[in-house]
Amino acid sequence: MPVINYIEADGTEYSVNVAEGVSLMQGALDNMIEGIVAECGGCCVCCTCHCMIDPAWSQAAGSAAADEAEMLEMVDNTEETSRLACQVKVTAAMEGMVVRLPESQY
Amino acid sequence: MVIGGSHAAVQLAISLRQNGWDGGITVISEENHMPYQRPPLSKAYLAGDSIKEQLALRAPAAYEKLDVNFMLGVKVKRIDVQAHQLELDNNQTLGFSKLALCTGARVRPLPIPGADLRGVHYLRTMDDVTGIQQSAASAKTAVIIGGGYIGLETAASLSKLGIAVTVLETESRLLKRVASETTSEFYLRLHRENGVDIRCNTMATALEGDSAVSGVVCGDGLKIAADMVIIGIGVIPNTELASDAGLEVDNGVLVNEFAQTSHPDIVAAGDCTNHPNAILNTRLRLESVPNATEQAKAAAASICGLDKQYAELPWFWSDQYDVKLQIAGMNQGYTDAIIRGDKASRSFTVFYLKDNTILAADCINRPKDFMLAKKLILQAQPADMAVLADETTELKTLITEQ
Repeated sequence: MPVINYIEADGTEYSVNVAEGVSLMQGALDNMIEGIVAECGGCCVCCTCHCMIDPAWSQAAGSAAADEAEMLEMVDNTEETSRLACQVKVTAAMEGMVVRLPESQY
Repeated sequence: MVIGGSHAAVQLAISLRQNGWDGGITVISEENHMPYQRPPLSKAYLAGDSIKEQLALRAPAAYEKLDVNFMLGVKVKRIDVQAHQLELDNNQTLGFSKLALCTGARVRPLPIPGADLRGVHYLRTMDDVTGIQQSAASAKTAVIIGGGYIGLETAASLSKLGIAVTVLETESRLLKRVASETTSEFYLRLHRENGVDIRCNTMATALEGDSAVSGVVCGDGLKIAADMVIIGIGVIPNTELASDAGLEVDNGVLVNEFAQTSHPDIVAAGDCTNHPNAILNTRLRLESVPNATEQAKAAAASICGLDKQYAELPWFWSDQYDVKLQIAGMNQGYTDAIIRGDKASRSFTVFYLKDNTILAADCINRPKDFMLAKKLILQAQPADMAVLADETTELKTLITEQ
């Protein structure tokens, strides 16, 4: 199981195992990481699981699909590597990935 | 003690721990499954695009870490408020210091002859979907009774599985109680384009068949062949435990903005509650996941002696075929419906206004409009209808505050 490192806006770090095929959103929820709200539960409809992928892993994470990109466009404080965590499924290539979470999902 | 084992119950248990609750937490659920996501049941899960494990609300290890105890397949028969005890259907009695009602809602039964035939289903739980999938494995034809969102999502999922689907709606158009004519017309067209037979102004009066259903009789005498039938005519909040215990109930368990019932040691959250909404200035009973989870956070805070007001703008979504609908706000009482985009296309938004102020928006394949609509509704300022309808002007220009 790849290790994913989530970093909350206040600097709190969580280093957790997330199974391959599971989304970064679910990985955060299963470990009670509060920076991910995930109101819709992972259907790419609510935009409350915004995260910033460390550039070193952005290729492994891939790029956002059209609807995801459109929603992210409307979010404040996005970065080039911003994604919705529900749309990023963990793979072996993401071992050690660093994912930063925004101060607020609203 | 938490009665009910779905979205509200899980969030409540998590939020209790996050708020520092160090007592025991027991979730009592009538269902035999660990908590799972309900929205995909009629959508991706029914269509076979996701599997059971993917529906789990949390991984089993998460509940262990939270030290939450589950009692599955157990029904609470009675709440003894005086003794602070629950009587279960396995004759066990459990004491509580604080109690949370997350009892949800159940399907509204259709009281017509034949509704108990094999092959007749409702859709609310994972077991319901298992039954539907068993029928669907051999069915060539299906009739869906009810042209609301559940009925339409089910129609889309079954038709994706190659079944010839007919939808019966008693009203003159689909989604009549909840959406504008434009939205209704769009979904009528979408389903017809996908080969679904939609019949409005049509009431099912009986289901026929020997042991398994074989057809539906309609009010006008028409008979439609059906290897399976799915009834989706709404839900009823589960309030009996609350009313038997003497709590105030009126179309849902009555709670305040902190999810507190009329009893100081009992909170309630989710589909079963009738709660005030400070943004809309009215009381609501909602059937939605965001309502369940956000209200559960307020309920957990109340149990821990903290004040966390629940005041969120309601929102909903529906997936049918390749079309994603996101609804922001509640359109009740609207006087104008403004269309942004081409309503003959697969991507447009309907804004609902009253006194020039936006109440709600149906965003069809328009995620960006949805995000902005939420902001515009919360802003509660008169909006220029010409700008809303004019695609060459960015919606962003209507946002006055940041």
